[in-house]
Amino acid sequence: MHELSVCRALLQQVTDIAEEHHAEEIKVIRLKIGPLAGIENELLLRAFPLVAHGTAAQHATLEITSMPVTILCQDCEEKSDVEINRLTCPHCNSSATQLISGDEMMLDSVILGQQSGAEERYVH
Amino acid sequence: MCTDCGCNNNRPHTVYNDGENIIHTPHSDPLSVEVHSQLLSQNNQQASLNRSLLEQHNITAINLMSSPGAGKTSLLERTIDELKGEYCIAVIEGDLETENDAARIRAKGVSAIQITTGNACHLDATMVNNALQQIDLEAVDLLFIENVGNLVCPASFDLGQHHNITLLSTPEGDDKPAKYPVIFRAAELMLITKCDLLPLLDDFNPQQATHYFRAVSGNRPIIQLSSKNGSGIDAWCAWLKDACSQKLTSL
Repeated sequence: MHELSVCRALLQQVTDIAEEHHAEEIKVIRLKIGPLAGIENELLLRAFPLVAHGTAAQHATLEITSMPVTILCQDCEEKSDVEINRLTCPHCNSSATQLISGDEMMLDSVILGQQSGAEERYVH
Repeated sequence: MCTDCGCNNNRPHTVYNDGENIIHTPHSDPLSVEVHSQLLSQNNQQASLNRSLLEQHNITAINLMSSPGAGKTSLLERTIDELKGEYCIAVIEGDLETENDAARIRAKGVSAIQITTGNACHLDATMVNNALQQIDLEAVDLLFIENVGNLVCPASFDLGQHHNITLLSTPEGDDKPAKYPVIFRAAELMLITKCDLLPLLDDFNPQQATHYFRAVSGNRPIIQLSSKNGSGIDAWCAWLKDACSQKLTSL
């Protein structure tokens, strides 16, 4: 269950970003995860609220885009979407392939809520 | 006009009373920030620092990954016997509990630092850094990091090693690379261990294991060996010597 470690690292990054932008809350966190990253999206979704509790990210929605496993064959130069455990070229059977998508473990973007401090306050 | 308090501020805002004044804090629009960074960037940065530290001391670091009981420690004992005269070896041992493995390595006259991870299923770059601080790096040229026995989690964490090696022991079955592609894809060398048991096993075909490994790892090398009867150990030691000499020429 290394998803908990991944969530802690994620939380650190997003709370740093929120602080940098003087934001009080993080509304949305968008991730891109490929199946070869070795992360179970379902577990990540379940672990995140546990680590985010009491932080600016506690009400954040975690949006995960699952990336396809795509290879580029270095012999026939065909691009193909393949199974996670079959990274050989389905066209020419070559094993000289390059993974062009599928191992992402990326924080893509965040949407921050109310900003504090940056703007003036009105006093009546 | 604001419907909350009747002020002239048309922007959405929070109104609260601090005891003396009514304070209006305007809301700004939600801000979208593009990040595009690795989720484990902090671990990766620490791993890079570890790698630099190792390189300052001309150390080649090998990360051994496998399921529990695949024979990592036995392989290290055998490897130490073979290479102790040529290389100054140190070992970082990762286990959930006990110092047993470190004690086995120390009995071979090699320094071993045990990391007990408690309930953590993998080593990370910070744990390895803590262990590195306990080793006299000047006196080491080949460092083995024996990761926690687990075919899932260790693959996602860079430790600062120069080479990742995954062991597949024959009793586990030949289809493990197809079942756990992430960790076998991370390996630049697969070691098929406990090959002395092959005559007793009817469900492990080394060609089938090779086929599954090739499907995730291309043409990376495979060595079949037995720490018990010594078969294949020469090829493994030759691979290690090559890794160490490549390291030296690249520095």
